[in-house]
Amino acid sequence: MKNNDHMSDNESKFEMSSFCPVQDRQTGFIKLGHGSGGRMTDQLISEIFQPVLNEQHLNEKEDAAVLHLSSDKIAFTTDSYVVSPLIFPGGDIGSLSVHGTVNDLSMRGARPLYLSAAFTLEEGLECKLLDRVVSSMKRACLECNVHLVAADTKVVNRGGCDKLFITTSGVGLVESKHVPSANKAKAGDSIILSGDVGRHGMAIMAARENIDLECTFESDSAPLIDLSRNLLRLEDALHTMRDITRGGLASVLNEIAVASNIGIELKEGAIPVISEVKAVCEILGLDPLYVACEGRMIAIVSSEKEKEALELMRAASQGEGATVIGRVVEDHKRKVVLRSLIGGRRIVDKLSGEQLPRIC
Amino acid sequence: MRFAAEFRSESRAAAIADAIKRCATKSWRIMEVCGGQTHTIMQYGLQDLLPEKIELLHGPGCPVCVTGLDLIDKAIAIAARSDVIFCSYGDMLRVPGSSQDLNDVKAAGADVRVVYSPLDCLRIARENREKKVVFLAIGFETTAPANAMAVKQAKQQQLENFFLLCSHVTVPPVIEGLLRSQDNVVQAFLGPGHVCSVMGFRQYERVSQTYKIPIVITGFEPLDILDGIYKAVVQLEESRYCVENQYKRVVERNGNAPAQKVMEEVFEVCDQNWRGLGVIAQSGLRLNESYRRYDAENVFHVKTQPVEIVSPCISAEVLKGLKKPHDCPAFGKECTPEHPLGATMVSSEGACAAYFRYRRFEDEK
Repeated sequence: MKNNDHMSDNESKFEMSSFCPVQDRQTGFIKLGHGSGGRMTDQLISEIFQPVLNEQHLNEKEDAAVLHLSSDKIAFTTDSYVVSPLIFPGGDIGSLSVHGTVNDLSMRGARPLYLSAAFTLEEGLECKLLDRVVSSMKRACLECNVHLVAADTKVVNRGGCDKLFITTSGVGLVESKHVPSANKAKAGDSIILSGDVGRHGMAIMAARENIDLECTFESDSAPLIDLSRNLLRLEDALHTMRDITRGGLASVLNEIAVASNIGIELKEGAIPVISEVKAVCEILGLDPLYVACEGRMIAIVSSEKEKEALELMRAASQGEGATVIGRVVEDHKRKVVLRSLIGGRRIVDKLSGEQLPRIC
Repeated sequence: MRFAAEFRSESRAAAIADAIKRCATKSWRIMEVCGGQTHTIMQYGLQDLLPEKIELLHGPGCPVCVTGLDLIDKAIAIAARSDVIFCSYGDMLRVPGSSQDLNDVKAAGADVRVVYSPLDCLRIARENREKKVVFLAIGFETTAPANAMAVKQAKQQQLENFFLLCSHVTVPPVIEGLLRSQDNVVQAFLGPGHVCSVMGFRQYERVSQTYKIPIVITGFEPLDILDGIYKAVVQLEESRYCVENQYKRVVERNGNAPAQKVMEEVFEVCDQNWRGLGVIAQSGLRLNESYRRYDAENVFHVKTQPVEIVSPCISAEVLKGLKKPHDCPAFGKECTPEHPLGATMVSSEGACAAYFRYRRFEDEK
């Protein structure tokens, strides 16, 4: 962390301070007073959020950021992040809260520009953890070339939330004439998946304390900006883009089948899942098609542009593993049907609730 | 890492399916006993590979489905108590009792935890001495040894706050019940591979000889099941009946002796109430005299009202293989996995839920 330089300054400042809100970024804890709106709040902001994020709009401390946009067509989205544990192999809630919102903007063909972030902190949260998460957000913003222009912090009583929740909203500029949409898939289209599925969900699950599994793979959490920018070159041959999040590949495809009123045919053998994810799913009785990703997407394109789409995706960061997994069909409208590894067929339905491990 | 891929090969599956086609001259009805086998059949669409002559019937071997409504109600009542930490395998949380499920009481504030092994509950009991830790011990002979071991260790460790709410069921009595019934249509069984890994298959030799029926102890991968079907069809076509072991890589004739020993030490045989089938004599396991103090029913004295549910549900006939899920007027209408009316819609291993989840494209053919 580049904040080490600041540390000695901070420490000396704290020693002089009579109310000592954060005490020490490495050993202190969040107290209810940090959400009071008073001096403790000021100090939390000036000791952690401002130096780490270092954003001009935040430093101005106005009620709202005033932004200038070069087009009147914008995409706007919001998402809440409540992941547990906060830090997991391959990422943390901070990077996730940037990637997730940036990806939602990208999937509508927008160039992500600005984010806001609202932090709900639980009394007793370690300052060290908050510092780490905010630093990770900053890195993700730099990586995605977006600015965090508005932020808010609240502190709730112990037990009022699970350590730290983050809500981010995002604005992006839509520069393309053709806006991809979940309702534009057409019979005959090719369905392309950007890479292997299920890593994020299983990495999180394995990191939870009640499961004794050691995994070497990491979450797939990553921005999809590059992928969507490349795909937009297909213009009106690009019909749909969707990032795969909770509910996994199966849920996204079901949403598209309903929104476009078409059928989807998948080949199980064509869907990449790394062997370790397969193994953990098998042990826990889960289906990888329903496991969350945070850096994977589906593109639905005219079949005559399939080859070009694959090349564009494979040339993009996060798209090296792009592969065709199925087709849009006239039959079985609003349903996703999978041709299994051994050649039988079955429906891939929406989950009826949370995916629960099977008894045997 | 090679991962079960050799048991999921399309070309080998096609070869076995072809052998079944060549062998079958008549129509045969074969029941897979286990919910896990039903799940594989549906998940891989195995029926699409079989000739029409071969009809698969889906047996009573889904432990989640057949657990009695009265027991679920007891579990919910115990879980709702403020002095209890209630532990369960994940898929029991959504199983509806007469008015609620465990997820409902969890949402209302009860401490309900999903565990992957009953031994995890011992740790929870050690860490929470002021609470009573109750594990919902359900399932066939596959889950019974681990549950027995948990109770045995609790005794050894003198843990006084760990209890089992126990409703174990055993396979041989229920398949004998099916075979004895007047309306039986089952001509061969695919035997329960994992149950036999614990119990061996000597009990099934007696069943096969008594009722003159082929039983093939079968695994859970798609090729296992196709191979099991093939072996059953060969016996049927040759008018033979015996126990064959398709699942040799896991199952031995005498089973797992240490597992059987700990079950005998802790459990005794009892009559059991099966959801959808009613009480079957000598078809359950409960804690025996020396371990009875760990029985949650004795500690909490929960009284539940017997519930009469009037519904068009035909799950009893489905469990016996007499009817298919889509023969039911309620299937996919009043009865869905979110609102199951009967046992077989409850878990994804139940026939109705599996049809609902995996095979609804057939409605539109």
